[in-house]
Amino acid sequence: MIRHLLSGADLDADTATEILDTAAEMATVAGREIKKLPALRGRTVVNLFYEDSTRTRISFEAAAKRLSADVINFSAKGSSVTKGESLKDTALTLQAMGADAVVVRHPASGAPHRLANWVDGSVVNAGDGTHEHPTQALLDAYTMRARLGRLAGLSVAVVGDVLHSRVARSNVLLLSTLGAKVTLVGPPTLIPVDIAAALAPGTDVSYDLDSVLPNVDVVMMLRVQRERMSDSYFPSAREYARRYGLDGPRMRRLPEHAIVMHPGPMNRGMEITPEVADSPRSTIVEQVTNGVSVRMAVLYLLLGGNNR
Amino acid sequence: MAYPPAARSSPPRQPSVKVILASADVQRVVDRIAHQILEKTQGAADTVLLGIPTRGAPLARRLASRISAFEDIAVPVGVLDITLYRDDLRRHATRAIGPTELPSGGIDGKRVVLVDDVLFSGRTVRAALDALNDVGRPASVQLAVLVDRGHRELPIRADYVGKNIPTSLAESVKVTLAETDGADEVKLYGGTP
Repeated sequence: MIRHLLSGADLDADTATEILDTAAEMATVAGREIKKLPALRGRTVVNLFYEDSTRTRISFEAAAKRLSADVINFSAKGSSVTKGESLKDTALTLQAMGADAVVVRHPASGAPHRLANWVDGSVVNAGDGTHEHPTQALLDAYTMRARLGRLAGLSVAVVGDVLHSRVARSNVLLLSTLGAKVTLVGPPTLIPVDIAAALAPGTDVSYDLDSVLPNVDVVMMLRVQRERMSDSYFPSAREYARRYGLDGPRMRRLPEHAIVMHPGPMNRGMEITPEVADSPRSTIVEQVTNGVSVRMAVLYLLLGGNNR
Repeated sequence: MAYPPAARSSPPRQPSVKVILASADVQRVVDRIAHQILEKTQGAADTVLLGIPTRGAPLARRLASRISAFEDIAVPVGVLDITLYRDDLRRHATRAIGPTELPSGGIDGKRVVLVDDVLFSGRTVRAALDALNDVGRPASVQLAVLVDRGHRELPIRADYVGKNIPTSLAESVKVTLAETDGADEVKLYGGTP
């Protein structure tokens, strides 16, 4: 088993499938009266969050707690980071406190990779800059498999702000490993040149959402990340919504069985309309539920045994 | 004629293998345990059989099918995975977890019979009792094993034993079943005779 989870590329098909299968067993715990397993008793998981997050941090916290681990939440606000402490010194402090795993979110791409060299415990990337977010890709894959019964051969459109999206990068890597075909869709300004070839051969790029929709099993909408945009990548929010937003008429052009996903948080009215977000095709709430099971599986497989 | 030296010296000690129960014996033993369960539970009312993976699961299904053949009673069967409750999780590489399948009626208030192939240290059964605690509250818990080989490390005993096999710690007992391994057999692998 792998020691860290830093990138969707860390996982081969067997390991990824093992995580998804384990997550399916973990999911049964959520239906029990006692939602607790003793597997990580006495282990310490630190949530190290340098960026704001609701669902990912809470999801990791719930996952660790359901496995009986001790959880320490660290957010950069209100910590020594505001006094200028470096990531390395913070890491060494956590190390000295005996953290068995560090779940890290950081605005700088690559920060979890650096961290993995400084601490003895396992490092889980919970989103680094515009780079990767592998547990999101795993929970997306889990959701697709749960809804559609398979991953191999699925056609998945990832739509929107690919340039700034760590969710898109991790999903392309993981989904292509698991045999799905990904098409990146968005305005040319938000799709980096050559990204498809650089991430995974066989990935397509399209600038026309309407021509892609009738042929996909899954459409994954990405949030337009205003906080990462210093330039104007498109003329106006209205024009973006017109060309790349998923609304009712566009949704009805999808095949009967197709599902609509969104990693959250949504900009309702921008990349997705409330009609679509709240429709039965939308898996947005399931994705959150599945996130806990998938993160339980990841923490168990990284920390459950003696993998040193 | 000169023989190579290796042929003249005594042959290397082969670990001895002894078949304790052959296929027909295993079936007889399962039949007997099924009868004993019926007798001791007054007709297997409110009883649930839970197999402990790997080989406890097919054993539990066989017991249920024998019970239904003898008395035409459908006993609910399930599988209880105990991986996450083991006390040696930390000592090995991460183990894959298996499915836990409880009968639709649940186990609350039922008489649960745990089923496993070999009873040895008792640690697996302890883990199973802990796992049971998290999935419900049975009225009582009993234990059925195909083989009891002794050397208990915990105060645990079986209610139904297919075969007691006195062993030394150097020996190992291996149960194979048609469902998981292709054939029914119980073998004792010796240390040194």
